[in-house]
Amino acid sequence: MSFNFNDIKKLFIRKPKNTLEGTENSEQPTNDSEAAHIPDKLAEKCEKCGQIVLSAEMEENFNVCPKCGHYKKMTARARIGMCAENFSELFADVEGKDILDFPGYAEKIAALREKTGEKEGVVCGTGEIGGVQCAIFSMDYRFLMGSMGHAVGEKIARTFEYATEHKLPVVGFVLSGGARMQEGIVSLMQMAKTSAAVAKHGEAGLLYVAVLTDPTTGGVSASFAFDADIILAEKGALIGFAGPRVIEQTIRQKLPEGFQRAELLQEKGFVDRICERKDMKETLAAILKLHCAEVSE
Amino acid sequence: MSAYDIVLKSREKGRPTAAKYIKNIVEDFLELHGDRRYADDRAIIGGIGYVAGRPVTVLGIEKGEDTNDKIAHNFGCAHPEGYRKAVRLMKEAEKFHRPVLCFVDTSGAYCGIGAEERGQSEAIANSILEMIRLKTPALSVIIGEGGSGGALGLCAADEVWITETSTYSVISPEGCASILWKDSGKVAEAAERLHLTAQELLKLGAVERVIEEKGFSTEFYEGLKADIAAFFAKKCTESGDELIAARYARFRKF
Repeated sequence: MSFNFNDIKKLFIRKPKNTLEGTENSEQPTNDSEAAHIPDKLAEKCEKCGQIVLSAEMEENFNVCPKCGHYKKMTARARIGMCAENFSELFADVEGKDILDFPGYAEKIAALREKTGEKEGVVCGTGEIGGVQCAIFSMDYRFLMGSMGHAVGEKIARTFEYATEHKLPVVGFVLSGGARMQEGIVSLMQMAKTSAAVAKHGEAGLLYVAVLTDPTTGGVSASFAFDADIILAEKGALIGFAGPRVIEQTIRQKLPEGFQRAELLQEKGFVDRICERKDMKETLAAILKLHCAEVSE
Repeated sequence: MSAYDIVLKSREKGRPTAAKYIKNIVEDFLELHGDRRYADDRAIIGGIGYVAGRPVTVLGIEKGEDTNDKIAHNFGCAHPEGYRKAVRLMKEAEKFHRPVLCFVDTSGAYCGIGAEERGQSEAIANSILEMIRLKTPALSVIIGEGGSGGALGLCAADEVWITETSTYSVISPEGCASILWKDSGKVAEAAERLHLTAQELLKLGAVERVIEEKGFSTEFYEGLKADIAAFFAKKCTESGDELIAARYARFRKF
């Protein structure tokens, strides 16, 4: 029995389900000669257990390693694609500014844009989750671990302002190492700016659900991440103010197992619910549905 | 003075701490303790008093003076309880139509096991959020180190003033040099690049006023007190909605 290699490979080349995936995987083969090029991602190594997993299988399993259960980091668009339909992007043109002329920063940003196809570390827009129209933001680990500078703060603030104006709930997928130090005090001010926008949205009686993913730390954790009405956390996510390494250096002792993990935060009363990735869409849909339910007396 | 000289100056031994400012500026200060939830965090002191006859609520991140005092105040590194006490006192100020005056001096919020387990992020996030939507005037004066989120927790004010050898930064120059450049020898360069000095912050619009220190003389405190009194006299004529709208615009511009 013989196989044509290209035929086998085609089995693993997934067609994009929607436009969200366009920028992430722009190397989709369009004809047979291109298909002959072996895609980088036929199989991949789990970053936790190190075992080889078929990429298709990994995707099918919500980007959770089928061998060890490790949550693979997801790009901002893949995350939205997993939970929302009819996503329509907003504020895509907002760009960062190298306001302090910080050494190497402009080059770094240019290289990341080239590499990721994204302009900045957050993707914002509107979409439907479980049939409920909402404003959505989703942060991207590939962009300096989702750190917040002017552009990220501006897009998130605008998302809340847009949602306030259009009376929409906000669902935010949070992932960030914190404020972006290359933008100095301007980054710190984004914490206040985003918080102010969240406050206005909240005062209009609108719902904000934050999904804290791995990692959620620093200035993002200490601002809009914890300002939400309902805080979901992805299983195992690292969530905290200071990074574990900084804490270990400060207190000169090793941190206990499970410290700053989503499960401990739930136990201590700081997140509403741990959510498995496979249940995320359903959980969000249930929350949104309840908040727009109309009761006929 | 180089940026790094100013960093060192902002941390200098013997520099007046928040308690000294309160003593010199606030009349009949009555300290109020505790967050009503867990503990009293001595890193943030708070209470009520008068500035030029006007009742105010005062908050100060206190580093402590001598060694024992420093330990008692945890070197000005607040736990979540400190921020929760601050929010409690701000809400109380709002209820009784008093302005809020904050003196800020911290290398940053404390990072440790207890601080994390009791929700340092949530506490700071909530302090920022509640301060932004406070219906009474709020003024923050940075009097030494304005260390990142720990400082911002008490700086979501109508205006932020800074004394001339104080700093306000997203990260310490030490942190920046070691994280970004993996080179602790580049601290002075990091201090320069972060634009964390009073004059640089004024250019960036992160502070409204730079206050001359005049060797921390009586004249200095008297002058600052008069400025604070004048600021509150002006701001206290504005409605809660006007204050909130202006505060929103202040932060929205970044």
